[in-house]
Amino acid sequence: MTTIRYANDKFELEPNESVLECLTNRGVPVPFSCRSGVCQTCMMRATGGKPPETSQQGLKDSLKLQNYFLACVCYPDTDLEVALPDDDDIQAVIPATVLSLKLLNADIMHVELECHAPIDYRAGQFINLFQNQALGRSYSLASVPHEDDHLHLHVRRLPQGRVSGWIHGELRPGQTVEIRGPGGDCFYIPGNSEQGLILIGTGSGLAPLYGIIRDALSQGHSGPIHLFHGSRDLNGLYLSGELQDLVKKYSNFNYVPCLSGDGVCHGFASGRADEVAFKQISDLKNWRIFLCGHPEMVKTAKRKAFLAGASMKDIYADAFNVSQSS
Amino acid sequence: MSEQSLYEQLGGEAAVNAAVDIFYRKVLSDDRISAFFEDVDMEKQAAKQKAFLTMAFGGPHNYTGLDMRRGHAHLVARGLNDSHVDAVIEDLGATLRELGVNEELIAQVAAIAESTRNDVLDR
Repeated sequence: MTTIRYANDKFELEPNESVLECLTNRGVPVPFSCRSGVCQTCMMRATGGKPPETSQQGLKDSLKLQNYFLACVCYPDTDLEVALPDDDDIQAVIPATVLSLKLLNADIMHVELECHAPIDYRAGQFINLFQNQALGRSYSLASVPHEDDHLHLHVRRLPQGRVSGWIHGELRPGQTVEIRGPGGDCFYIPGNSEQGLILIGTGSGLAPLYGIIRDALSQGHSGPIHLFHGSRDLNGLYLSGELQDLVKKYSNFNYVPCLSGDGVCHGFASGRADEVAFKQISDLKNWRIFLCGHPEMVKTAKRKAFLAGASMKDIYADAFNVSQSS
Repeated sequence: MSEQSLYEQLGGEAAVNAAVDIFYRKVLSDDRISAFFEDVDMEKQAAKQKAFLTMAFGGPHNYTGLDMRRGHAHLVARGLNDSHVDAVIEDLGATLRELGVNEELIAQVAAIAESTRNDVLDR
């Protein structure tokens, strides 16, 4: 008999019963629609055990790798522990020591963390960092698991930002904080190494992109990799030296800093990062696109990239939504 | 005489996969209906388009009339009407034409889509 664990409950799977039927028949409110494994409304995640491959058909590769599956076509023959994608508490809290804090520009702090327990993540994913039990925020990882010993975050100080203000103003090296994660499906997947990559980021949206780029390069990605990093003015850009070094080291990597404010500077593209990118590369068929940062930019660029020929499955996005309570 | 089902004649799941991006692009670029897609999660929407195409291609699905009514009720409240259904069926036909499907099969697909009209418009 196969057992499905959900939250604190354990259910026995009846013969020929899908995980969706098993859960909804017993009162778990799993949303669903087509019941044919197509519409993805009933997507869940296995937090223990491996979902059958047939229940992952049509899902984005980055979701498959994280054991997401479609409950309506999931007929497992081994036990599964499952959660809804929005369930927050599916990961354990891990303590981490702050090793260093360093300003990257006037508003963005580089935070280096050493986890007290190993954390299995992919460059470009995010973690939640907690100021206290009730107050946490998501920050993207700029580090690469096999390249960097510790976790790296780029924390932008938001006006009235409670957690970012605390990180900038009060946090000190040596202190221990609590984190949870990783999460997110915006990361590099090895394979198809000749495919062109376009990465567009605004502000600290560079953090995940910097990780993704170094991950792709170190895994031997041979196709062209174009990074467009945008800010209003020069002060908002950062890591330019490191990125220029990567340009020198890898002939397939190209870095385009973009300034959307008034005044054109030599060596910088003028305009918003997404506009500059889509002007330089207008046919996006067969390109893989990564979009991180300002939610409006991510939303607009996603639509533009799709209409310009990029396939939906090749668009990876992480919108940095600002918490309502700041 | 072919004994293949419509879904098989069209090429099954591979045909749906080939059609979904083209169809979704047409819908998003169609001024008559694009407003209904303004604030939706594109990823989720693409999956829904795929489910719709699977159904319209005569493929396996479990949609009921009630599902159609529930799924579109919020759009009917925003003014969804016959002209919008017409636009979707037109875009569907144009997608299939672009993929080189013959007119006879396109008519069959359009007929299946047409059969959902009253449920979609909740009448």
